[in-house]
Formats: sequence, structure tokens, C-alpha cells
Amino acid sequence: MTDDPLAPVAPPVQLPPRLQGVEAVQSVRTPFRLEYHASSGQHMAAFLRAMKQKQILGERCPTTGQVFVPPRGVTPTSGLETTELVELPDTGYVESFCITRVPIPGRDDLELPYVSAWVVLDGASVGFIGLVAGIPADEVRLGLRVKAVWRPDEELRETADNIHHWAPTGEADVRIASYELIGAPGRPPAERQVRA
Amino acid sequence: MPDEGVLHADVTLEYPFTRSTGPVVGAFLTALREGFVVGIERPDGTVLVPPCEYDPATAAPLTEVVEVGDAGVVTSWCWNGEPRKGQPFDAPYAWALIRLDGADTPLLHAVRASGPDALATGMRVRAVWRAEREGHICDIECFVPEAEGG
Amino acid sequence: MIDVAVVAYAARQQPVFDENEIEMMAPVIEDVRVATGLGPDDLDFTCSGSSDFLAGAAFSFVMTVDATRPVPPIVESHVEMDGAWALYEAWVKLQLGEAKTALIYGYGKSSPGSLRDVLATQLDPYAAGPLKADAFGIAGLQARYMLDAGDVTEARMAEIAARSMASAESNPLSIRKGTRRVEELLAEPYLHDPLRAHDVPARADGGAAVILATREVAERVCERPAWVRGIDHRMDIHHLGARDPRRAPSAAIAAQALAVTADKIDVAELDAPFTHQEALLATELGLDSEATTINPSGGSLCGHVMMGAGLTRIGEAAARIHRGEADRAVAHATSGPWLQQNLVAVMEG
Repeated sequence: MTDDPLAPVAPPVQLPPRLQGVEAVQSVRTPFRLEYHASSGQHMAAFLRAMKQKQILGERCPTTGQVFVPPRGVTPTSGLETTELVELPDTGYVESFCITRVPIPGRDDLELPYVSAWVVLDGASVGFIGLVAGIPADEVRLGLRVKAVWRPDEELRETADNIHHWAPTGEADVRIASYELIGAPGRPPAERQVRA
Repeated sequence: MPDEGVLHADVTLEYPFTRSTGPVVGAFLTALREGFVVGIERPDGTVLVPPCEYDPATAAPLTEVVEVGDAGVVTSWCWNGEPRKGQPFDAPYAWALIRLDGADTPLLHAVRASGPDALATGMRVRAVWRAEREGHICDIECFVPEAEGG
Repeated sequence: MIDVAVVAYAARQQPVFDENEIEMMAPVIEDVRVATGLGPDDLDFTCSGSSDFLAGAAFSFVMTVDATRPVPPIVESHVEMDGAWALYEAWVKLQLGEAKTALIYGYGKSSPGSLRDVLATQLDPYAAGPLKADAFGIAGLQARYMLDAGDVTEARMAEIAARSMASAESNPLSIRKGTRRVEELLAEPYLHDPLRAHDVPARADGGAAVILATREVAERVCERPAWVRGIDHRMDIHHLGARDPRRAPSAAIAAQALAVTADKIDVAELDAPFTHQEALLATELGLDSEATTINPSGGSLCGHVMMGAGLTRIGEAAARIHRGEADRAVAHATSGPWLQQNLVAVMEG
């Protein structure tokens, strides 16, 4: 070991005559590309078909009664297969958010700064990520009540992308009482929030 | 539970990786750009192609990069009758492990030949170099039977 | 060494599962829980093996943990490997006294993509990867080395295929089964000269689950536990050209470390996706094919779930001990091109 922390550890490479003095290749393009024909699974298919009708489906846990969205076929609080799908309203509140000021490659449609939020629907026990717009970024706050802004009817397909963004409803903020883990048995979702 | 069928969608996973090479792999790719092949000497005197940084058997650092030939012997081959997207050719060809003259380990590449009957373990093949090269294993377009046009 | 046993095994295998990974594996996990009466609160540790690159979807691997009831939080780990290696990690945890029971599962839903091409990404990214040599081409190169050297013949490969398919008739999980004569098989055209269709694995979606338990629990939940007398795994080098394609030293070393041949082996479940590889492994493990029944399940050849095949071999071997059809069994799992990485386990009733 030398004293210089930046000195190379491996001994220097000895090149053959034809490579000496030649400008070395230092990097190589090795693009990765794999194609798939993905399938949704049964419960996600139900969710996506409902999306096309501007309906949001969740699944109810048979053990705790908590509601998870989107439905994946097994609720993590039970480990049991889902037996009940429930329709949720397209209103909820912001449980957390993040303001981003740098662009994403491939998303030139996003106006900067943009706000990603953790949106919890009324009646759901978990949130999911969504874009919040229609309000200056520095006014977005925890507890902000929002409603889905759907794409025009003619653009609706079987996709969660049917919801373009979430916009403030103008109602009073929700006061979030605590961020308890969803695992507490017998705790209905309504206890997570208290109206201001 | 839901009784309508599942939905499907085409999904492409794509990443534009560019890898740094270091001096040993760099030497291999630089030689390819210049139109020849190099390997690296092991402590026992044998030559590894492609070269690698540490001896696979002893973990000793390897440093002596040496030139090898661009023709050699097919040590194994497997006919690819239905080439897949992204593989060297659209028309059938053989995969082969080719021990280049001066090397002790074979290199994986494609051999263009008229059919499986044209392939045999032990036959000699030579590299076909692309006119424009960038420092990539595909700077060698493929190998062909040495008997072909000499 | 703490006595640890496989006390339950379940699996699903089909050419295509259109369900998502959770829907596919939930019944398998439920089966081993029901078989033992061990619910989520009784399972100290959960470990699984799979890969997102099979289905091409982020979290297609980890989302299956929902089927284990992970809330309230569980002690969980997972490996980007066949479930056999997840079992190894669980076995170590039990040996360290950190758990008394473990749920292990390994699975793959590879139908959405092209598995042969996904596996090409395992090759050296500089010299081999860009050529996109798929898994069948790479395997064919190894087979040719063995054929040229006389280690195996095309007829022997066809015999292995015929025997496997005949055994698979009694395995409801198998994808490829039937009574075929060697002459018939040899008359088929090459798929990838020197490999024919019967020499390459019958790809499947699906997975397996196993429960491991220490003696106190094992004797309570299983009539005839399959005691894991030893388990070992080794890995060969990455540089393809520097390997001896006719050998799998990592399998031989693992088998020697476990003294596999010290006593009679009734059943050997070998994870050999290609017929020539069964011949190679039988040699490396020192198996006597007269005394040992190889792949009574039909093996990975007749139904190959990527990331699940090795764990399935362990489960199939254990199941025969459970049923009293075997007293001592060896199970094997592999990973990487040309049997690069191998795991061997010895179990006794």
C-alpha cells in the first residue's frame, strides 16, 4: 500500500508493440434491451377495466377490513386471497409530497417544478403516488384535500394513466392524526384522519 | 372474483449503458478497433482470450497483454437455425468457440457458413473485420471457414 | 449441527400462468402452511428466490411477499437466485439458532418475455453479451464438447430424455411427458445442432414452496421429516473460455464436502435443464445409476421454472422421503451457463 490514496492498486498493464502509443478505448456502449408481453393478473385486470369507466377499485382485507388500492389479489395484512373488491371515490388527501425542480428524461410533458404526492383516497388504508397540480407548488401541504382530474372520455383506456393529476377541491384540510402502520388490527381507516 | 380475462401490454426494458473498460478490457477493445486481437499471459505462460484482469485459477493480477492471431481453430460449435432479434445475423449461422492462433482459451463468436454440414470441430476459421470499427466485439463481423477465399 | 428438516413442499407449474406472481404463488404458500398447520405467526423467517427480469416488471419478485402476510412486519430476506439458495440462507439462519422455522419459496413467471434471451444477459458484458448468445446456443456448445470427447452420445442424451418423460407421466406438475422410444427421438431433426427438442428444458411458469423446521417443530408437524444432513454450494469461474466445459468442479466439490456417496442414495433429483448436463452431473456427483433413481419427478428437463427448478428438486426429493419412498436422497440446483454454480443437499428420513 502506498501513501497516495489515488494510486492505482493493480500493477500497470504491459502493452504489445502495436498498442503502444495508440489512443486507448476507455468505454464501450452496451445497450440493454429486452421485450416482454406482460400480463396483468386477474385483480389488476379488474382494476384497469374499472379505470376505463372512471372507477377506482380496491380490495378489502378479510382479516382486518382494511382497504388496499390497487388490488393485487392478496392483502398483506392477511396473506389470504382477496374475496371482496370495493369501489372507492376519486377524492382523498395528500399524506406526503415532494417538489421536483429537475426534468426526467422522456417526460417533457411535466412542467417544472412538479409535485408528486402520496394520495390517500377516502376509505383506503394505503396511498399511492400521483401528480398534484392546479395549485402553486409552494402551497401544497399535508392534509390538502384533492380530487382526480380524469382525461377526456375519448382518451380513457385500461390504464391508471386515465387520472391525469389530482387537484385541490377547496375543502378544509384534513388534520392527519398520526402515521400509524396499517398493520394495527381492528383499526378502521377512518381513524387515520381527523377533520380540522 | 374477477372472471373476465387478464389484460396484456407490450413492455420494453431498455437501458443505454456505457461501460468503462479499465486498462485490460480497454486493451482488448482498442486492439479490435485497430483490427487485431489481444489476450493476456497467465503465470503459467498460457494466454487467455479475451483477456481478464486476474488469473481465474490463482487470482494473481495479470499484466502482460500479448497479440494473438485473428484466425484459429473451432473447438466447439452449435448451429443457430432460427436466429433471434439482436443476434449477429438474420440468416442461420453457427455459434462457435474459436481458439485463435497463439491463444490457449477459445473466444465465443459467430461463424457464417452455408449450413451445419460446413462446420466441424477442428476446422480453421478466420475473422471478417468490419470496415468501420469502434472498439467492440462486433468489430469482428463474424468468422468464416479459412478455406473460403483464403 | 442443529437438526433441520424439510417438513412440507408444494409447487405449481404450467406452460403459462396469466395470473400475476402473487396470485400464482399464494396457493403454493398456503398449501405448505396448511400441510403443517404453521401460520404466518409460526414462521420465524421467510426467504425467497426469483428475478424481476423474468417478467420484465419492477417488483414482480418482491411483491409476492404480500402472500406471506408481511404486516405486522416479518423477518424476511430474498436472493436474486433460484429458491434453492434461499433455502440455503434459511438453513444457515436455523443453524445459527436465529429461527426455528422458515418458509422458503422460489418461482418465476418467464412467459411474458423470452427466457433464452434474458439469460444471455448473464454473459460477460464486454466480449460475449453483445453477441446475444442465447441459453440454448451456449448449452449446445457444451454438449458438442462432451459429444466430441465421447463423454456422452446423442443416443445417451435421448435415453435420458425418454426416461425423464416416462417418469414425468406420474408427476402432475410436468409439462413434457410421454412414452417415446430412443430411436423415435433420434429421428427428430436438430433444434440447435447438436441439441434436439427433447434435449432442451420444457419452460414453465410457476414455483415451489418449502418449510424448514428444527427438530422440536419438525416432529410435531410432519410424520416423516426429511432431515437435511448437509448442504453446500460452490461457484466456478466466469470466464467461459477458461472453463473446462466437460466438468462441473463446483458440483464435485460440493458433493465431496457432503460425502454424498458415503452411503446408498435412493433418489437423486438433479437440476439438469439439458440432457447432456444430467450425464455430466451424475459423473461429478459419483452417482451409480443402477442403485439410484435419477429424477423420478421427470426433472427440470420435463418442467423448468426459472428460479424455482432447484428448489423444486429439493422439494421433490424431500417428498419421496416424506412418503417413505426413499430413505436417503440427494438434491441439486444449478445457476449460470454450463453449470457454473451448483448447490447440493443430502436428506435422510
